[in-house]
Amino acid sequence: MAKIELENIAHSYRANPASEDDFALKRVHTVWEDGGAYALLGSSGCGKTTMLNIISGLLTPSQGRILFDGKDVTALPPEKRNIAQVFQFPVLYDTMTVFDNLAFPLRNRKVEEGEVRSRVHEIAEILDLSPYLNKRASGLAADAKQKISLGRGLVRKDVAAILFDEPLTVIDPHLKWQLRRKLKEIHKQFKLTLIYVTHDQTEAMTFADKIVIMYDGALLQIGAPDELFEDPAHTFVGYFIGSPGMNLLPCTVDGGDAVLGCGRIPLDPAVATRAGSGAFQIGIRPLYLELSDSEKPGAVAGRVASVENEGSNRIVTVLAGDCRLKARVPEGRHIPADSCWVVFPPQRTKLFRDQYLVK
Amino acid sequence: MSKRHFILIFYLVLLLLPIYWMLNMSLRTNADIMRTFELFPSSMTLENYAKIFADPSWYSGYINTMIYVSINTVISLVTALPAAYAFSRFRFIGDKHVFFWLLTNRMAPPAVFLLPFFQLYSTFNLIDTHIAVALAHCLFNVPLAVWILEGFMSGVPREIDETAFIDGYSFPRFFLAVFIPLIRAGIGVTAFFCFMFSWVELLLARTLTTTVAKPIAATMTRTVSASGLDWGLLAAAGILTIVPGALVIWFVRNHLAKGFALGRV
Amino acid sequence: MDKWENNRAWFLILPVFIIVAFSAIVPLMTVVNYSVQDILGPGQRVFVGAEWFREMLSNSRLHDALIKQLIFSGLVLLIEIPLGIAIALTMPAKGWTASACLVLLALPLLIPWNVIGTIWIIFTRPDIGLMGAFINKAGIPFDHTAHPLDAWITVMLMEVWHWTPLVVLLAYAGLRSIPDAYYQAAKIDGASRWAVFRFIQLPKMRGVLTIAVLLRFMDSFLIYAEPFVLTGGGPGNATTFLSIYLVKLSTAMDLGPAAAFSIIYFLIVLLFCWLFYQALQAVGTGDKS
Repeated sequence: MAKIELENIAHSYRANPASEDDFALKRVHTVWEDGGAYALLGSSGCGKTTMLNIISGLLTPSQGRILFDGKDVTALPPEKRNIAQVFQFPVLYDTMTVFDNLAFPLRNRKVEEGEVRSRVHEIAEILDLSPYLNKRASGLAADAKQKISLGRGLVRKDVAAILFDEPLTVIDPHLKWQLRRKLKEIHKQFKLTLIYVTHDQTEAMTFADKIVIMYDGALLQIGAPDELFEDPAHTFVGYFIGSPGMNLLPCTVDGGDAVLGCGRIPLDPAVATRAGSGAFQIGIRPLYLELSDSEKPGAVAGRVASVENEGSNRIVTVLAGDCRLKARVPEGRHIPADSCWVVFPPQRTKLFRDQYLVK
Repeated sequence: MSKRHFILIFYLVLLLLPIYWMLNMSLRTNADIMRTFELFPSSMTLENYAKIFADPSWYSGYINTMIYVSINTVISLVTALPAAYAFSRFRFIGDKHVFFWLLTNRMAPPAVFLLPFFQLYSTFNLIDTHIAVALAHCLFNVPLAVWILEGFMSGVPREIDETAFIDGYSFPRFFLAVFIPLIRAGIGVTAFFCFMFSWVELLLARTLTTTVAKPIAATMTRTVSASGLDWGLLAAAGILTIVPGALVIWFVRNHLAKGFALGRV
Repeated sequence: MDKWENNRAWFLILPVFIIVAFSAIVPLMTVVNYSVQDILGPGQRVFVGAEWFREMLSNSRLHDALIKQLIFSGLVLLIEIPLGIAIALTMPAKGWTASACLVLLALPLLIPWNVIGTIWIIFTRPDIGLMGAFINKAGIPFDHTAHPLDAWITVMLMEVWHWTPLVVLLAYAGLRSIPDAYYQAAKIDGASRWAVFRFIQLPKMRGVLTIAVLLRFMDSFLIYAEPFVLTGGGPGNATTFLSIYLVKLSTAMDLGPAAAFSIIYFLIVLLFCWLFYQALQAVGTGDKS
């Protein structure tokens, strides 16, 4: 159990990084609170795994320090860090039984055999692995194998944090839910710091208290799922979270209005005064766009191009001038047949300057 | 330099030492060799090599060997590819038995089969032809090729085949256009092993040939003359037998590394 | 993974079947045929039943050669397999150095077998050989043409020199197929270098090592050309291995006994390969109860 602090961490896989682009991880400075369940979310190649490996000690960062509970561990090898890691594919010692697999990290640390036995039985009980203890690990199903990988982390009493690198990739969909629930139970029971890498936002939302969004080697935002949804700090967060993602449209700011290719939209006056100068975009969640048959003040004229049924919601694509908008309309609500007016509620309309949210 | 590197380099040096020594001998005349012992030849000469290249009965040996090795590699690959596919994808009557039987052909003592082989190939009038040696070498190379290729093919998921057939590929087109490119590295490794075992085999090759298709390794026995053994000439001929193999491995080295990285041999 | 059931797959293996059968079945039948007959001259042969087999099985020179052969193959496996694994562990994982190592390692494998013998004659002769001359200069008399022990050492050295690279290549292939995550997990679990080898590398190499053991056993048990060139089976009968004895028999025109002997020989190889295969398959499988 530990608080993990990353102090100005940067990492490059090249020996002599010349430019910003050579860095897989660019100046990350953040704190992971003790006992938090974090999801590290981002598309492939954004530096998620690099970050994870730096925390576990498999990689030593090119720059910066990493502290566990205030103690500098930057130079410590993984086995000295009290970190457990679960990989994308189950990593097992094929020739050993489940029991020996679970006992392996303890025996390597010369823990007394009676203690090993009791710890292994305890953890096997929690993970529902007891019936398999004498079975050879290689013969088990993928989900049981991932539980063993997790168990190898949990058996160690001193373990400070468990890192997961997309651990559910190879698991059947119906078992994913079970396994994720198990993870939550374990998190509650052990109060461990969990860091969970994924590119699946549903997985991140259901697993974590806090979601960390990474993009191109940098942390864009850390927050609870609803924060990320309501106030994305960066256009990437808006686009990446939610399905479909935020509508993002380039605009200019003129007085209290945003001027788009398809018309003028009133902004929240507090935001408009702080706009400053730069390249602007407005962003609005499909959920908050309102469609209407009749003209309304501040609304933009358009026509309905297509409607996709998603069960309880319908996704409506609206073309207005050169803007293409998506709106999410709950079932039972009326959808205009062809020409329509689109309302942008000012409280829900976000303004981004140079990709970043104007607050 | 770490201990690991030291061990590896030490091993490689030991590995090259006997070959170096033969190279050393090949660059000296026989009289020189018998007179003094030298770690590095003080008076180097290409006389031995010149002798070999001037005599058609010498260099035709190389050409013969190249011809039958190439024929053998091609036959082995062409026949083994579909067979390996069958073993990796299908269950059929006698599959395990045939596979095992193929492998047992590597276990037969070749020395015993010389006479029956000679009789068999005489019956078909194949003695002293390149194709005879190539066919004979198929006995151990084809099973080996099937074995190696089967390993590589089993590593390719069957969904790829299924998708291709759903997309309307005929079997031959799928096999040539989709499947073979997927196991290119495996084919490289297999070709290398076929080349290798055919190139180094001598007993069968010598038995089945007399003059026209005689392999270089058999020609080498001629260095024993009335005046005793000509060590320099023997060494030069030996060095020349290493060259084609070295060239082949140099050209396929990247394939080989890739094939090995797939963990199937 | 279940395979598709389809007997038409036979068409795919037909070319292989025909080409191997052509070279395998007729010669084998011929050998079987010889093994039960006494050939007195052209066209004159008598059926003798299992006579030759009985004679061969009680032949003390054959026993002698067989024991020698078993010791030889046993030593070959004991030296080459661990040495090959050890060298494979020292090899770089990628880059031009890895390619260079592969090229150098494969070199001995690509030398015709009789040339291997020639190389080692040149290398070990007391008068002109690098190794032979050095050992003799160091005050230890060494001559593989005169002393049985020296002959054995030389043949053994040659065999190890020639074939260990094959084991290295196979073991290296096995090592390269292990995903990085295994090494990372082991690091986190605090495994020692030895534990990584014992519980990750060795189990993952089982498949390729099975192939290595089988190939090395077969080929060392059938060894002929290299020791024949190097020692001619001598001095005396010190290095007369099974194949060399067999060829001596058959060139002495004792075709019947030679044929019977080769069938026994073939069956021995088959038996050992099967035993090795079963043993290696059983290692590291099955549950602990």
